[in-house]
Amino acid sequence: MKKTQLSLTVNGQNYQLDPLPGETLADLLRKRLHLTGTKIGCNEAECGACTVIMDGEPVLSCSTPAERADGKTITTIEGLAKKEAEKVELHPLQEAFVKHGAVQCGFCIPGQIMTSYALLQKKPRPTSADIRHALKDTLCRCAGYPMIENAILAAAESLQTGAPVAEPQIPPSATAGQTIGTVKIRPDAVEKVTGSAIFTDDLQFEKMLFAAVKRAGVPHAFVTQIKLEKARAVPGVVAVLSAADVPGENIHGLVILDWPVLVGVGERVRYVGDTIAIVAAETQEAAKAAVELIEVEFDLQPVISSAVQARAEGQPQIHAKGNLLKHIKVRKGDPEIGFAEADVVLEDTFHTPATDHLFMEPECSIAVPEGDRMLVYVGSQIPYQDRTQVARALGWEENRVRIVGQLMGGGFGGKEDIAGQIHAALLAQVTGRPVKLLFDRHESLIVHPKRHATQIKVKLGAKKDGTLVAAKTELYGDTGAYASLGEKVLTRATTHSAGPYKIPHVHADCYAMYTNNPPAGAFRGFGVLQSAFAFETMMDKLAETLGLDRIELRRKNALRVGDETSTGQIMRESAGLVECIDKVEAELKRLVGEGIDPFVAYSVPGAEHLVRAWGFASAFKNTGLGGGADDTSGAEVELYADGSFQVRSAAAELGQGLVTVMRMVVAEELSVPAEQVAVLVMDTDLTPNGGPTTASRQTYVTGNASRLAAKTLREALSATLAEKYDLSSEKIRFAADGVHVNGHTLTMKEVYGEMKTAGKDPRVLYEYHAPTTTPLGQPGDMHVAFSFASQAAEVEVNTQTGEVKVLRVISANDVGRAINPLGLRGQIEGGVVMGVGHALLENFITENGYVVTDRMSRYRIPSIAHTPEITCIVVEDPTKDGPYGAKGVGEIVLIPTPPAITNAIYNAVGVRFDRLPVDQEKLLWAMRENRK
Amino acid sequence: MSLWKDYLHPQTVQEAVEALASAPAPAIPIAGGTDLMLDLQQGHHAPVHTLVDLAGIAEMRALEIRGEKLFIGAGVPHNRIVESLLVQEHAQSLVEACGLIGGPQVRNSATLGGNVAHALPAADGMIGLLALEAEAEVASPATRRRVPLLELFLGPGKSALKADEILVGFYLPLSQPHQASAFCRIMRAQGIALPILNLAAWLERAGEKIIAARISVGPAGPTPFRARQTEAYLAGKTFSAETLAGAQETLLAEAKFRTSPARATAEYRRELAVVLLKNALTTAWERAK
Repeated sequence: MKKTQLSLTVNGQNYQLDPLPGETLADLLRKRLHLTGTKIGCNEAECGACTVIMDGEPVLSCSTPAERADGKTITTIEGLAKKEAEKVELHPLQEAFVKHGAVQCGFCIPGQIMTSYALLQKKPRPTSADIRHALKDTLCRCAGYPMIENAILAAAESLQTGAPVAEPQIPPSATAGQTIGTVKIRPDAVEKVTGSAIFTDDLQFEKMLFAAVKRAGVPHAFVTQIKLEKARAVPGVVAVLSAADVPGENIHGLVILDWPVLVGVGERVRYVGDTIAIVAAETQEAAKAAVELIEVEFDLQPVISSAVQARAEGQPQIHAKGNLLKHIKVRKGDPEIGFAEADVVLEDTFHTPATDHLFMEPECSIAVPEGDRMLVYVGSQIPYQDRTQVARALGWEENRVRIVGQLMGGGFGGKEDIAGQIHAALLAQVTGRPVKLLFDRHESLIVHPKRHATQIKVKLGAKKDGTLVAAKTELYGDTGAYASLGEKVLTRATTHSAGPYKIPHVHADCYAMYTNNPPAGAFRGFGVLQSAFAFETMMDKLAETLGLDRIELRRKNALRVGDETSTGQIMRESAGLVECIDKVEAELKRLVGEGIDPFVAYSVPGAEHLVRAWGFASAFKNTGLGGGADDTSGAEVELYADGSFQVRSAAAELGQGLVTVMRMVVAEELSVPAEQVAVLVMDTDLTPNGGPTTASRQTYVTGNASRLAAKTLREALSATLAEKYDLSSEKIRFAADGVHVNGHTLTMKEVYGEMKTAGKDPRVLYEYHAPTTTPLGQPGDMHVAFSFASQAAEVEVNTQTGEVKVLRVISANDVGRAINPLGLRGQIEGGVVMGVGHALLENFITENGYVVTDRMSRYRIPSIAHTPEITCIVVEDPTKDGPYGAKGVGEIVLIPTPPAITNAIYNAVGVRFDRLPVDQEKLLWAMRENRK
Repeated sequence: MSLWKDYLHPQTVQEAVEALASAPAPAIPIAGGTDLMLDLQQGHHAPVHTLVDLAGIAEMRALEIRGEKLFIGAGVPHNRIVESLLVQEHAQSLVEACGLIGGPQVRNSATLGGNVAHALPAADGMIGLLALEAEAEVASPATRRRVPLLELFLGPGKSALKADEILVGFYLPLSQPHQASAFCRIMRAQGIALPILNLAAWLERAGEKIIAARISVGPAGPTPFRARQTEAYLAGKTFSAETLAGAQETLLAEAKFRTSPARATAEYRRELAVVLLKNALTTAWERAK
């Protein structure tokens, strides 16, 4: 009954392997056969990333014992494309995923494609419903679900008819250039659909050790004793380190250094994820076993579990400076004067929960000692800050540390802080061997910073005609145990807390508080998601109170050119909110028909218990760091001997499409095909500092740096050619077929030759500095630009059960200029779906500092089954200093969705939500209450 | 330190139960493994010495008519149940329940036997089966016995199966004319991915009358629940709004719903039970025409 050998066929090749105790099929494929295209997103049978085909059926390889594959035929993502010699012919599904933009971060894509492949084997002509049924447990956090669905339909069509895979229906920019504004595929799309894309956990090094971390497991305590002897005695354990072993400074943090690398005896534990000790061992199992044997004694302290509690009298103070991270103030006019003038004043308090990024790829760092240096392989949103923080803990000069950025399976703000980088480097430093520290989903959920939970009070005054006259807001933000980017996030929440409207009198006060919850930091929307939920709910209440049209109310007060924001910034240009409002309204009319009020509820004929209505919301979001910060990015463009180009910057690609933008702007400036431009990002030795990938800033700053580097290179090439051919450089024309000089057409290869002959290096480094901004509280521009959006959402409420479905969403976004329309579509649709998640599903629950939602099965994110029909509208109101007029898009796309949905629920059934996510049970009781 | 040391591949039921009795302990059976693997990986189940894989046992993968019964092997994965014309004809509630579990990947591995052996009070497949008055065949090294499904459950997650016993399969009565069943469930969108409530109904009709009915509900107590009083109430009644209302009232009187933190309060479950009972009975009634 016991097998001495496993015999299996994988991608057409037969393998005879020894059975290993406890081995899963995923481990066999990834570790023994090095087929790393199969991904581990959760290791708990929730996400579907590890899907492979076994004897014709899709299975989850992470929860299938390897022994079960004996005698079976297995196909992985690596086995789909046909390979003849060096040529790879993609399967139509792979080709369709590439063409239709279904690939973003790419981590879930092997699972998506294998599940779709199995579907097409059974149903060669699937309907949308078939696709949604088949993919309902194969999660994509970029939420490329509409594009995935379109790709599968296009592939099915191609497989049936033999015709080439159809192109996606994506309109180009209204002012497209030769390359920018046109539909281009991602530079990394093909490797991501074939499984050859390498993420950090896919890397193997000689003599690599495996790390595990002893977490505090208690939210607030002093450490009184740590016993490491038993852990050290575990066979295979090479190093066990605690706080005393940190050679450099035992502290890290992005803005404020307040987060200990390791918490030592006598020191304070501030959340369950704090680190007590770290272990490196020959195997993952040995490292984990050792961690289990570390004994820690604590002197437990009372727990601060909310921001409001943290500010109350008589509470323990968890940092030396107290529990208040910052009191953030916005002061414009005098709201008391405004309220006195107002015909109506409304006041309400809102609550939003912590939420998790749930990027599909859990955090992984590999530290590799090399000579007297330390290389850290990691997918990080801020590589240069990683370098600083790792070097500080190692006690080294920064130049001895190199961050080698890897493909990132999503980030959304959750990969800005240090995760395992420092711990891996400390263990590699002491052992002299490569060390991998991979978080499992459980550790990821407990450790990394979340979205800030908030309490937001809004007082709003208006005239009878709807003119807003005063707003006063008070925010409490829970930044958890450590500051992370809490001050910045909550500043954004505060400055945006009176919405994208002109209001003469605005006061806002925000208390950013430390608590014993997991830290809160950057998360797509950056505080503005929370305040927009509060304010857009108030706008609907105001419209109702005054008997005004809710769209008209927003249009009347919308920030236009010439208006002043709450922080005193004059909108001089690029204020596309009114256009967003108009376009959503027009689309809404088109969808429901003239003369029908979309905001009036109706029952579904034949199913009277299902009630539908639309809701509406608007928002704005700054582009770039602003607030006086130095907002700089460097990019380098080089022409190679073969006539191709490379553009480099240590900006981060986390799936959002920056690499496509960089490639496109360089191609545009040099008049070459986009495919002729390669992109390198995130390496602190090879790429100039692009700054943090946050604040919807990279298209703007690194887009500009890339554009200007390319432009400067073009000028240098022109100058050299002008000199050689003795004509003025204006006579030299860069065109798609080459460089036109005096009747000749030179290829880029020839241009390279001319540069070398002239002794010139065909390479330009450009450091772009965004226009200067001013800090909050000082006159002037706090931000370089704002993106605007309006959305309408249609919901269906089941009045018998309280269940809510979002059926359709119209999303209009003013992005300045659509440089990369395919990537932009992915952002808009993905933002809406993440917004649906925040409205209806997502809730990172802690109880007295302990994490309840500590597995993927307990933290639900939207699947394809939650995805509404989305109409994307791109508004292009260019901003002067953006690249070709572009401003940020990554965050604005998500912000109006939750209030559009909750406003729709009110319109449908008369229940107003002041708390996210919508709780279906509470909704049912409230509907009952209303009926009485 | 690994989750298991030995992995056995018995080819017959007898080999399997003997292995469970004699292999180095602890020895436990693995069917689809979709729950067990997670329990092992997450430390809810201590590492074991021996895993006895039931997937290679042909008898447990049989799905066929045996005399007056439909036999569904305990090792039949959910997808085969959903796609089977036999099950679609004789056990609609089971088809609907199995179709709702997980995605296709989980349904290809997860088995009906595993769903029952896990002994959770609200497992979808098990609730779908319970309304069909299924019997389970249990094998031990010494003997085989058939038991009514309900006798397999001792408490939440506690099966009556002994360590050396396995489920071989389930015997379901064949559906006769004017008999039909249906299954419904409600999930909570927020938080934990378990159904708040599920319910299966089976009935036999004659014209406008209900001859007999069977109702199963989960979770409504520590073990899976058959709503016997509601069944008795429905027997012989004309199918009408009034009858449905009476059945709903009876169900609320006999079922003990509880509050689960972060999932649902007992009161909410009561509301949903009323909705699910009506929906399942109405669907089954239409099907039984």
